Amino acid sequence: MADIQELKRIASQVRRDIIREVYGCQSGHPGGALGNTDLFVALYFEVMKHDPSFNMEAHGEDVFFLSNGHISPVFYSVLARSGYFPVEELRTFRAINSRLQGHPTTHEGLPGIRIASGSLGQGVSVACGMAIQKRMDGDDRTVFVLTGDGEQQEGQIWEAALFAPHNKLENLVLIIDDNGQQIDGPTREVLRLGSFADKYAAFGWDVMQMDGNNMEETIKVLQEARAKRNGKPTCIVMKTEMGMGVDFMVGTHHWHGKAPNKEQAEDALSQLEETLGDFPEEGI
Amino acid sequence: MLTLDKLQSSGKKATRDGFGAGLKAAGDKHDNVVMLTADLRGSMKSEEFINAYPDRFIQMGISEANMMGVAAGLSIGGKIPMTTTFANFSTGRVYDQIRQSIAYSDKNVKICASHAGLTLGEDGATHQILEDIGMMRMLPGMTVINPCDYNQTKAAVQAIVEYEGPCYLRFGRPSWPIFIPEDTKFEIGKALPLSEGTDVSIFATGHLVWYAVEAARELEKEGISVDLINIHTIKPLDEEAVIASAKKTGAVVSCEEHNMYGGLGSAIAECLSKHQPTAQEYVATKDTFGESGEAEELLEKYGLGVKDIIAAAKKAVGRKK
Repeated sequence: MADIQELKRIASQVRRDIIREVYGCQSGHPGGALGNTDLFVALYFEVMKHDPSFNMEAHGEDVFFLSNGHISPVFYSVLARSGYFPVEELRTFRAINSRLQGHPTTHEGLPGIRIASGSLGQGVSVACGMAIQKRMDGDDRTVFVLTGDGEQQEGQIWEAALFAPHNKLENLVLIIDDNGQQIDGPTREVLRLGSFADKYAAFGWDVMQMDGNNMEETIKVLQEARAKRNGKPTCIVMKTEMGMGVDFMVGTHHWHGKAPNKEQAEDALSQLEETLGDFPEEGI
Repeated sequence: MLTLDKLQSSGKKATRDGFGAGLKAAGDKHDNVVMLTADLRGSMKSEEFINAYPDRFIQMGISEANMMGVAAGLSIGGKIPMTTTFANFSTGRVYDQIRQSIAYSDKNVKICASHAGLTLGEDGATHQILEDIGMMRMLPGMTVINPCDYNQTKAAVQAIVEYEGPCYLRFGRPSWPIFIPEDTKFEIGKALPLSEGTDVSIFATGHLVWYAVEAARELEKEGISVDLINIHTIKPLDEEAVIASAKKTGAVVSCEEHNMYGGLGSAIAECLSKHQPTAQEYVATKDTFGESGEAEELLEKYGLGVKDIIAAAKKAVGRKK
């Protein structure tokens, strides 16, 4: 049984890490990272079977792919906090000679990363490939992949959306971060996406819904999706609030790709309890 | 050591048939070889592999971008994915997928591309890619290979499967002379000398290697001694072989079924301008798209015929200081 209070404490620290990473380099994408924090904590601290000593091939492990690579601050924080690399390394985010590139990459050898992402729309295909490899090799673990909702405007997504049910990839779980925002504004204004639930059901996926900022519900739905084996891939339409946890960042696309100044960062951090100890960073 | 005398056509088969045979052989030897195709299993001459290993064949449908991503995903857990479609749809159409999910992600994916160049023929310019070597050569860490006949293509498939890292293997549609002896060793990144000479170096890749052999025979009759070298691996280029030959002859011709920009000719010029500046003539398409027609008449129309290689060699010799 999950210790929800402990997971919430971890999530609070991860949100602090996100603010401090982005403040430290004065760039990056805090909004989506904050909104997805509960999901990442649920996956890495409760739902997935995974090994922080990291082996690329991941035989016998559940695997997570981040397709919308720009929310890297939350990915890095959760990987560090779950033991993939030293927490102190978070201070190098987006700096020169760092393994923590603006968008995640295997190229610098950062443990926990299995594919580069940033150019959108590619992660679902990669996850399909790994789901097939696991099935070929008799490995019954699950492959998770997260995309943004704006990212669903990419054509390649829909090639993969046809492919997964056709190939009965029942060990594949696609999570769509349905926060309704993208860089240029609300998704309904930029390019209307309609109902993800209806679209994916029509393509032959099992569709589930969850509030991705409710830890209990997130864990329950993810565990159910992970265990399910009925010949169909699963799509979880996950409602989140961009910027969740910091009152002035909530629910607006203005913090999609913008770093807070010192005053704003201090305001944000005053709203987030330090639970596991901050990584060292000058000036804040 | 090969010589012009030994390079005789023993019949004709397409390089894509060599791919199919090589794939089956590689599949026999390595049980982690997986083939993917975007609705072109017949054109890729891969039925033998598919029939032998149906569980290692993935039909993608007409979705090349997804194919590149699925291949990258397969490779993470240790498979050796071979993506197959026409060269046009293997490169330009999916360049960003290859760049991010395969090249930048260091994935062991083999991009196997048929119907490259003008010799695709009647389908015309939409399908006749003449820019692919350039595009693929620009990607850091990508190995680029363009074999010249059935035997060499078959051997190249084996070699790329046993090499760790992303590769682009370019071959073609038409039935073409088989002239590289079957027992010739294929070594990635190693030039294959076909004939030794002293007056002019001819570096050739792909289908035009056969034309270069025929051109060399004519030139020898006219008293021009040709150092003929097959560059099957355009990247990494065998710089040592290129420099040594240029140093010996002082005149260079590059031959390829590709645009004059970005391909083999460019790779050689980049190497020689740095290490051994040498007069160079390009047998390549002249920054143009192709058109419908039969393979050999297209090669002639676009200046890639035997007579064009002969003329280029004479011109290069004439430019010697």
